[in-house]
Order: sequence, then C-alpha cells, then structure tokens
Amino acid sequence: MKFITIDKKDWAKGIEKSRKTYQLFGPVKDENGFLIKSLEHDILPDMDYYDSVMSAKSILFPQTEKMLCATLDESKKDHHIMKKAEIDYSPRAVVGIRPYDAKAIMLVNLNFDTDEYRDPYWCDAYEATTFVGLGINKPGPFDFSTSTGTGPFGEEGLDVLLADLDDKYLAKVLTNKGEVFMNACEFKTQADEKESQALFDILRKEAEKNIASHIDTAKLKEKTILELHEAPFWDDIAFSCINCGTCTYVCPTCWCFDIQDEVKQKDSVRLRIWDTCMSSLFTRHATGHNPRETKVQRVRQRFMHKLKYFLDKYDQGIMCVGCGRCVKSCPVNIDIREVCTTMNSYEKQD
Amino acid sequence: MENPYLPYPVRIDDIEIATEDKSLKTFKFVFLNPEDEDKFSYQAGQFAELSIPGVGEIPIGIASSPVEKGFVKFTVFKTGVVTAHLHNMKVGDIMGIRGPLGNWYPWDKLENKNVVIIGGGFAFTTLRSSIIYMLDPANRSKFKNIDVVYGARSPGMLLYREELFEWEKRDDINMHITVDGTDDPDWKYHTGFVPTIVEQNAPKADEDTYAIICGPPIMIKFTQPSLTQLGYKEHQIIMSLENRMKCGIGMCGRCNIGKELVCKDGPVFTLEQINQTPKEY
Repeated sequence: MKFITIDKKDWAKGIEKSRKTYQLFGPVKDENGFLIKSLEHDILPDMDYYDSVMSAKSILFPQTEKMLCATLDESKKDHHIMKKAEIDYSPRAVVGIRPYDAKAIMLVNLNFDTDEYRDPYWCDAYEATTFVGLGINKPGPFDFSTSTGTGPFGEEGLDVLLADLDDKYLAKVLTNKGEVFMNACEFKTQADEKESQALFDILRKEAEKNIASHIDTAKLKEKTILELHEAPFWDDIAFSCINCGTCTYVCPTCWCFDIQDEVKQKDSVRLRIWDTCMSSLFTRHATGHNPRETKVQRVRQRFMHKLKYFLDKYDQGIMCVGCGRCVKSCPVNIDIREVCTTMNSYEKQD
Repeated sequence: MENPYLPYPVRIDDIEIATEDKSLKTFKFVFLNPEDEDKFSYQAGQFAELSIPGVGEIPIGIASSPVEKGFVKFTVFKTGVVTAHLHNMKVGDIMGIRGPLGNWYPWDKLENKNVVIIGGGFAFTTLRSSIIYMLDPANRSKFKNIDVVYGARSPGMLLYREELFEWEKRDDINMHITVDGTDDPDWKYHTGFVPTIVEQNAPKADEDTYAIICGPPIMIKFTQPSLTQLGYKEHQIIMSLENRMKCGIGMCGRCNIGKELVCKDGPVFTLEQINQTPKEY
C-alpha cells in the first residue's frame, strides 16, 4: 500500500491543480452548518469540519435530478419522445468525505447497481467519482460507526484515506482512482509504508476510544420479519414521531425517491426527487387506499427496512453506518440506537 | 445496459370504451420503432409503465397477450392525474411505454395442471392476457381444465364482454360469469358475488389444480376462505398484488411488502409467500 505525506502548506496548491481534471466537492460551511457541496472557483474543502448536516450522497444522488426530457411542441418531429437528460459525468472528487459516508455509498450502490437493472444516473456518477476520505480523529457523541462495520478510519468505499497530523496529512492510497487523483494534485512525497500504517493504527485506536455509544445487531438476523413486524413496541417508538422526514433526508443510506414530471412552456422534464417513507403520500394508492396509512406503520417501515429487510436481503449488515445524523437531527429525540437495541433484544412471548 | 427509465415511444392506435359507465377505456398502442416490439417481449401477468411526457407514469397490467402480435393493449380505470389525462387523449397521440416489468404467472409450473382463474371488477386485464395465451392453439394442450370465474357489478361493467361470451360457447374452457345484480330479464349467467360463485362452481382442489386470483382487496379477502373450503393449499393460490409504484424496477423503495418489492419480486406471489410478509398492500 502506498502512503503519501502532504505538507499542509502544499495542500491548497495541490487541490487547485486537481481542478484541471476534476470537479471538486467537499465540506463547506453555510448558515445551516457544514454541507458537502460543489467547491466553486477557489473555495477549498474545509478540512477542520466536525461533521456535515447532510451526507455526501447528494453528489451521486442529487436531491432533484433531471432524468429525461421531451418537447411537447407538435411542430417538432420528435415531440413527446423522451430522451435522457444531458448530465456531466466528467471526473469528480469528493475531498474530505467521512469514512461512514463512503461506506454508505457502498450500501446504496447495492440498490442502484443490480444484476437485473442498472440505474444509469447513479452508476455513471459513481464511476466518475473519486472519494478522498478524511479520518475522524475525535469522533463526536452521536458517532456509533464502530458498531456498523466502518469506524472513524474505515476504508471501505474510499479511494484515498487522509489522516490529519496537525501540520500535514498522511494519505493512504487505496485504489488506482485514488492514485490518479494524487497525481493530479502532484502529491508525490512517499512515506514509509510500515511506519505510516503503524501511525494509522494508532490514530484509529485513539479515535475508536472516543466512541462511547455502541449498538448490538447480532441477534437481528435470527428473528423472522413477521416476528419483528408484529412486535408490541412500535406504538411506543412511534409515539412522539411527527413524520417530518428529517431522518430520511439526513441519512446517508436512505435512497427512496419520487419521480415527477414538470412542464415549462413546451418543454417537459422528468425529475427524480428524494422522497421519504415518513409521508403518507409515499404509499397512497390512487383509489385512496393506503397500505401504510398510520404513523406507526411508517415509522416501523423505516426501522424495519434499515435493520431487518436490508440485512435479510443483502446479507451485508444493516442499512446504517452509525453517523448519528438522524439521532442528532430528530426534533423529538427518536434514537435509532435505542430502536436497534429494542429490536435486537426482543424475544417473542409464546 | 439500457436506461431502464427511458420509455419506448408508442402511438395510440385505438381507444375503446370498456364499460358502460365509461370509467374504463382500452388503449391499443403500436410501437413507433418496430424493433422495440421485440424488446418489449412479455409474459401474461406482467405490467408496464404507461408514460406520458409532462404528466407522469402509471403502472398498468398488460391486457394484450404474448400471442397477439403487432400491438399492446392496456385497460385503464380513470382515477388519478395520469389516467384522467390518458382518458382524454386521442388516437394518433404519441406517448411512451416502459417495460415489461415484474414477474408473471408461473406458466412453467402450471403446465399439465388444471387452472382456475378468478377475477373481479376491472382486475381482469392480465387474466384476459392469460386466458388468450392458454387458449391459443399452440398452448391449449399444455393445460388441463380451465375454469374462469369472473364477476362485476352489472353486465355493462364486465370487461371484454364479446370475448367472454365467445369463450362461454367453447367447450375447452368453463366460464362462470356473474354480476352482483341486474334487472336484465334475459341475463343468462350467474348472479351473486364472486366468493359465492367460486364456492358453488370452482372445481375442488387436487394436487394438480391451481387458482389465480386478481381483484379488489375485499374480493380477495372473501374468496380465500371459499378456496380453502374447496381444499386449495396456500401454494396453490396465486395472486397478483398492486401497490403504489414509481420506478417499477425495484429502486424507488415504496412498494415493498417486507423485503419483497411488489414491482420487481412480484406482482405475482403465492398465498404461501404473502403469508410470510407483512400485509402492507
């Protein structure tokens, strides 16, 4: 494995150089806190951020995205024939993505890239993107990522993992994509492999010590879907929920979307828009019949999807990376860690 | 791989009013690019997204049959934004079709079996597709007895009436047509709800008999006990479900019943499968 040392004095220059071949995305602060956004012109990723309000999923899966377009002008030969919207898939890099967000992208990829169908919008964006991660030296109180198979220095889904060593970054180059990006930045000072790995191990262990909250998911697999679905605790869990959907929008692994058409004069577009299972419209039939009519049913759907359906379907763990955003953002303090514990420890009474 | 969201362009070739209250119309579509018809190779029981640019998409069961060539047919109930728009469209208009989507009735498993088809109201579209498929001279010998119980509120609300009465005359299919009620003194068929007609007329189950049910939830709910009474086991009852859908390819996340997605893992499930999932349909 290749390690590269980057003096922080050279950081800005290197990042600027990469702009010749990459569109850059990274953490920037606005009035809402930190967000992962396009880094226009000379804006640098703010590497001192703690965590971002929203995850990096929007880089591959924008909140609103044009999928198809068509002209409705009947004087045109191709009127009412839909075509794929033009989208720029030139190379892009997300600099400073947190390891749990990179892992989340791997999980979402399971939904969009399947044997039967391949979602071209997600897959093309995914292929175009280089993920340059930033290890978390001091995880916050909401972080439980060590329980979800990632942790503050997790490498899954990343092309490069950076460790912040005060005056410099130590970069672990994990993939060929990562190597190409480092070359574009002209970051070339190689570091000793053994020493560097030892340093990464120390940082990881130190960081992991700071993670105080853990969840146990070991027993979720052995319970049946119906057992958990019919368990008596859902009313209590959902009691305070106001179905605002915040948890689903801030979640790096929530991928549900709506498709809507819009028309401006004679031009129509078909859009993909983030949706939320917390909305009653999400499942309401045209007849008015709604299979998840009540709040309890919708709250149960969210947790069952994340902690049971996904687990059973893919056998790749739960659909949660332990970032803690939903816990932090929930206006009524619903905590997925508690729900997970409740589900994991549930024993059906005969 | 092709973009699964991109519909094939089609032209509306014919529009037929399907029921006396005009709430249902049957649309016949022809593909603008003839090679798209081959790509849209489907089985009876599948559905497709009817796609109107600038308006939206709706998942609808395919009413035409794989043995009918040169066109595809869909019978659509006017109920929401897209269906209302579609009902106002004219022959010659251009729109799109995306599919075929979902699984189909298990035709392999049904070979050399007796098949009982039970439908109610306007949920008879993929069942029509199935009957046409089974009655095709190339296929009829693959199946043993075919029974059909089909009911609607009134004679004028039965879909595909001319075909029903043609089938009624044949000796290779047993038709049990019923209406909830009628004041037509010449009505020659059954009167009564589907579950009752099933109980009185459907064949008793043996190992070689399968039932396919499609209908409104209330009909399905009350038909199940009738079938159980006739000895049908859970794996012999095959159902086609509906749920709100957007993508139709298992990605948008809303049509799930447990971990199964109605659009991709269904819409066809056996009662045995459904009984292992939360009943969120």
